[in-house]
Amino acid sequence: MAEQLIEIDHLTKTYQLGDVTVHALRGVSLSIERGRFVAIMGPSGSGKSTLMNIVGCLDKPTSGKYVLDGVNVSTLGRDELAEIRNQKIGFVFQQFNLLARTTAAENVELPLLYSSREIPNRQEKAMQALRWVGLAGREQHHPNQLSGGQQQRVAIARALINDPQIILADEPTGALDSRTSIEIMALFQKLNRESGMSIILVTHEPDIAQYSDRIIRFKDGHIVSDQPVVQTREAQSELETLPDEEPAEVEVPSEAQVELVS
Amino acid sequence: MNKILPAMKIAFRALRINKMRSALTMLGIIIGVGAVIAMVAVGSGATERIQQQIASIGSNVIMVMPGSITASGIRLGSGNAVTLTTDDAKAIARDCPSVEAVAPSSRSGAQVVYGNNNWATQILGTTPDYLSIRDIQIQSGAPFTQQDVDSDAKVALLGQTVVDNLFGGNDPVGQVIRIKKVPLTVVGTLVPKGQSPTGQDQDDVVLLPITTAQKKVFGVNQARANSVGSLMVQARGPQLIDSAEAEMSAVLRQRHHLQQNQDDDFTIRNLQEVFQAQETSSRVMSILLAAIASVSLIVGGIGIMNIMLVSVTERTREIGLRQAIGAKTKDILTQFLVEAVTLSLLGGIAGILLGLLASKLISMFAQWSTLISPGAILLAFVFSALVGVFFGFYPARKAALLDPIDALRYE
Repeated sequence: MAEQLIEIDHLTKTYQLGDVTVHALRGVSLSIERGRFVAIMGPSGSGKSTLMNIVGCLDKPTSGKYVLDGVNVSTLGRDELAEIRNQKIGFVFQQFNLLARTTAAENVELPLLYSSREIPNRQEKAMQALRWVGLAGREQHHPNQLSGGQQQRVAIARALINDPQIILADEPTGALDSRTSIEIMALFQKLNRESGMSIILVTHEPDIAQYSDRIIRFKDGHIVSDQPVVQTREAQSELETLPDEEPAEVEVPSEAQVELVS
Repeated sequence: MNKILPAMKIAFRALRINKMRSALTMLGIIIGVGAVIAMVAVGSGATERIQQQIASIGSNVIMVMPGSITASGIRLGSGNAVTLTTDDAKAIARDCPSVEAVAPSSRSGAQVVYGNNNWATQILGTTPDYLSIRDIQIQSGAPFTQQDVDSDAKVALLGQTVVDNLFGGNDPVGQVIRIKKVPLTVVGTLVPKGQSPTGQDQDDVVLLPITTAQKKVFGVNQARANSVGSLMVQARGPQLIDSAEAEMSAVLRQRHHLQQNQDDDFTIRNLQEVFQAQETSSRVMSILLAAIASVSLIVGGIGIMNIMLVSVTERTREIGLRQAIGAKTKDILTQFLVEAVTLSLLGGIAGILLGLLASKLISMFAQWSTLISPGAILLAFVFSALVGVFFGFYPARKAALLDPIDALRYE
């Protein structure tokens, strides 16, 4: 096992958009150790999404080298990359990307179906993952019966079901309110600390980035800063100080009730 | 294989989401397959009826009829001359190695009387060989024999139509009927044969020994007592029909003292040709129907391709997600291929049911006999699956080769 989970060396990526050549990455070098929680920040067009796509094995670099878990993936083919994504990477998206009309349990189970190994007790594993993210009892709910936070929890359960080396979270709190965002960050911190899973988090929000232990900033295809977080925020303890969750049903003032009755 | 089942499940779910759309897409296949099943049922029903009629004529049968003659410069039609004799029949039986049996026959219409009933029917004088050549079975009683022929015995065999009209429900065997005042004892009745290929009732007939018919019933003139209306000949096998014809022609020309330059004074007719023509026309019909059916299956297939392309576009994000979590090219390909095949197979099954129903209705209301062949059903099933694979492949490939990043970002 290599000590560095991710080693990136002089990575470049250029796109051809009509007549214009876009340099999305201009020689990025970076290494991330196992078990780290890294936040990546930067304005849109800075190249962070491109880097995430390459790190997530969804895209290939134009030049440079990318070694994931000791494997040089920059030379692999389409189906080999799919296998790596299935085995080593878990994805969490801003828009959750759950399959509609499919139960939470089935959504979580999905990566197991595409595993090249035969996996026994798929349902049982999916149930376990759902319990772990705090959704016990909602296994048979469809995404449209779940709140945004709950949907993102399903997505996290789906991401971790294959025991990946790394979880890539692309703006996972972008569509959530601030309290739910903290809940999701608490889940990521728990995952990072209990299972030692590495997490790379892309975010716009500086306060969300403070839950990580290292922040890398991008601009114009370069890394402009790469600093450890001095005081990592603790999502779980923050949650305990927050007032309880608002009740689902909003109470109607009693005067209004009277009016309605009369 | 263990991936097909989940793929089927996904396919059914996807098809259920758009029930109306799926049903309309299947309609092309349903109509195509339904038409094939119904038409094949009607076609093979007709073929079977033709084959039954062929069997009712008797196998490998050749008819020899008297030819035309010229009397005082007027050419009379075929069959008017009385040139064939019972001796010709004997000579053919003796000298033609390809001939199994020969039965001379003379026909005439006459009124048959029994008690207060009478009935106009066809009187056919012949020999016992006629029964074996035409494959006529005896229903009750016994056939007349060669002795009956030799002794001009006054015996008769009745067809079912005659029995029904003269005797009602009574047993005619042993009763005496009268034809032109000649009393004849009924020795047996014939198993019904139904309609001939030309639509005649083959059971409306009375069979007599040919000698009895000629001497006592028809009352032909003595000089021509030997002459017969036609000869019914059976060849030894289907391949020997042609050689039997040639042999008979040679024997008859020699016996009739015909010169090289003279035309035949007889006509040889091979019934096989008639049936072959009928079979050919029904085969052409089948090919035509198959062509129409293939066109509608192709149109149905294009409908499936169309809807699968729409489905791939609609589900681009889903495809992207599946790729992101590790679906390989063949996983996505399989998923959409299975969906297309499920669609076409469901259509095929519905089409088979529709076709069965349609052929039932056709035989019920149009009174056509239909024959449902398991082969046609199997073929329709396999064909509709193939349509799904063929027309589902392009959309499935398109889905499988999507770029995961573009697919995930697709709005």
